[in-house]
Amino acid sequence: MLEDKDRIFTNLYGYGDWGLKGALARGAWDNTKKLIDKGKDWIINEMKASGLRGRGGAGFPTGLKWSFMPKADPTRPSYLVVNADESEPGTCKDREIMRNDPHLLIEGCLVASFAMEAHACYIYVRGEFILERQRLEAAIEQAYAAKLVGKNNIHGWPFDIYVHHGAGAYICGEETALLESLEGKKGMPRLKPPFPANMGLYGCPTTVNNVESIAVAPTILRRGAAWFASFGAKNNAGTKIFSISGHVNKPCNVEEAMSIPFRELIDTHCGGIRGGTDNLLAVIPGGSSVPLVPAHEILDAPMDFDSLRNLKSGLGTAAVIVMDKSTDIVRAIARLSYFYKHESCGQCTPCREGTGWLWRVVTRMAEGRAHKREIDMLLEVTTQIEGHTICALGDAAAWPVQGLIRHFRHEIERRIDDYAANPHPEPVLGVAAE
Amino acid sequence: MSVRRLAEEQPETFAFTPESEALCAEILAKYPEGRQASAVISLLWIAQKQNDYWLPKPAIELVAERLGMAYIRVLEIATFYTMFNLAPVGRFYIQMCGTTPCLLAGSEGLAAILRRRVGEQGVVTPDGLFSWREVECLGACCNAPMVQINDDYYEDLNPERFEKLLDDLAAGRPVEIGSQTGRVSSEPIGGLTSLTTLYGADGRHGPLSMPVTTQARG
Repeated sequence: MLEDKDRIFTNLYGYGDWGLKGALARGAWDNTKKLIDKGKDWIINEMKASGLRGRGGAGFPTGLKWSFMPKADPTRPSYLVVNADESEPGTCKDREIMRNDPHLLIEGCLVASFAMEAHACYIYVRGEFILERQRLEAAIEQAYAAKLVGKNNIHGWPFDIYVHHGAGAYICGEETALLESLEGKKGMPRLKPPFPANMGLYGCPTTVNNVESIAVAPTILRRGAAWFASFGAKNNAGTKIFSISGHVNKPCNVEEAMSIPFRELIDTHCGGIRGGTDNLLAVIPGGSSVPLVPAHEILDAPMDFDSLRNLKSGLGTAAVIVMDKSTDIVRAIARLSYFYKHESCGQCTPCREGTGWLWRVVTRMAEGRAHKREIDMLLEVTTQIEGHTICALGDAAAWPVQGLIRHFRHEIERRIDDYAANPHPEPVLGVAAE
Repeated sequence: MSVRRLAEEQPETFAFTPESEALCAEILAKYPEGRQASAVISLLWIAQKQNDYWLPKPAIELVAERLGMAYIRVLEIATFYTMFNLAPVGRFYIQMCGTTPCLLAGSEGLAAILRRRVGEQGVVTPDGLFSWREVECLGACCNAPMVQINDDYYEDLNPERFEKLLDDLAAGRPVEIGSQTGRVSSEPIGGLTSLTTLYGADGRHGPLSMPVTTQARG
């Protein structure tokens, strides 16, 4: 188990003071100038050496991402954009950072912006997080007043930081949709290339990072890349906030070492599975977009990017959704299909039409009102969506359904048999279109 | 995607109050010269807040004019982003999270209460107090099930606590926002399992503990 002295988010639960005074007492803003004076190359190299992989779901190495930014050009200013549009079902970690430890994020924004030669940073907060946004804005005001940020700050890097907000669109968590939204348009993802590092916000070089990725940066730089890299398995370094929801006795957010086994995570922090370990049915280990993993495969699995990928799932945002044996697993996934149908931006046909198709068919299957041959047809449709859209929402809609069929085909078939065995006034029609 | 249209009955005009104007000016200062369109969501939001939490057509026109945008560009923002209410809502507008983590924690029990007490989704009660919608994940999954009422989250609900919350709101009694079981945020119930060297096992008696004040809105 991770020791408190190695935890980065030392006010995760808000029992301490969120403001500047409390943050200083916990070690934030401690001689940030010294980090800046070491230069941008040192910062980027430390971030690379730390092994930090992006905490927003995709797991792309953060230091490498920073190194893609071109040299400063006075006609095209560089931007840092922080993705605080946290809306992946199951995920609620960035919210705690923003409301309980906002100065970690603000300091991270300064350090990251300096490393990428950006003088301005926008934090895009999801619209529903109103109190969290007000808290973050108040903390930024404190930082300006203390001259920690601003045009004439004590760190010698002119830097402005702004909070922007959305209005309830999951798709704006996709980095290019976020940039569109930030420019005042509908959040419809852009084709890549060009990548944001070349053509991002307002056509200028931009890096988009998750809140957690940015907030951990100052601590990594202060304590050294080797310290951070000492946690977790190879290629899966560091500490990570896990959001555990669903059928555990004590759902919670907790910062733990990467690669902690699932069983240890649940038993140490969540009071175990509701009804005991034997009552576990399946787990969605990384937010709704990753396929579920059945109980026997997940129990002793290390919670990290590579181990979960080997189980044909993923760490995603480390939002662990636990389902016990009382769960109607087909309905649980059908509800996720509804989510993707609702949140599809409508730009690409396979996703706009396909997400509705998935939802309607999985919903029928939850009742058993389907034919068995439709299971393979459904699987085929998911592969027609996956990889055929501009952004990853299409993939994210396909994967949960694929995971369901991979591991619970027998359950779908049982329901179809049950339905067929009982007389019903209406015949089973294979309706999928609207 | 969801189909969203403007309400049939619309007010004739809309104007920002001086307070709203001040907020708009603050927002516009955040963006570079010539990039005022970036402020469109914020300005629409200010308009919605000023107008009893729904966005009338004249407000969309005003924001378009203010930002030098075509009306259709602002209309498509208002219809794309689901936090914009295009028709009147109750004084307490309840958004009930129904996505899987909340579903697993019993959001259907809350939906049943809402159907019984408030009625169909999107319909305002005759006394004007309530209206509700099922929405997608609100990002408070460790405190499921939960609802957002106007600006605030109400978490760790169950049918009894939710009924009491609705009773209190209807009677005009002050309510506590956030967790309805006394959790400070998303810590494990019944004692911390981490950060105990800083805050003690109960969170209140460590070297960094702060007196925790409850959050209340009348």
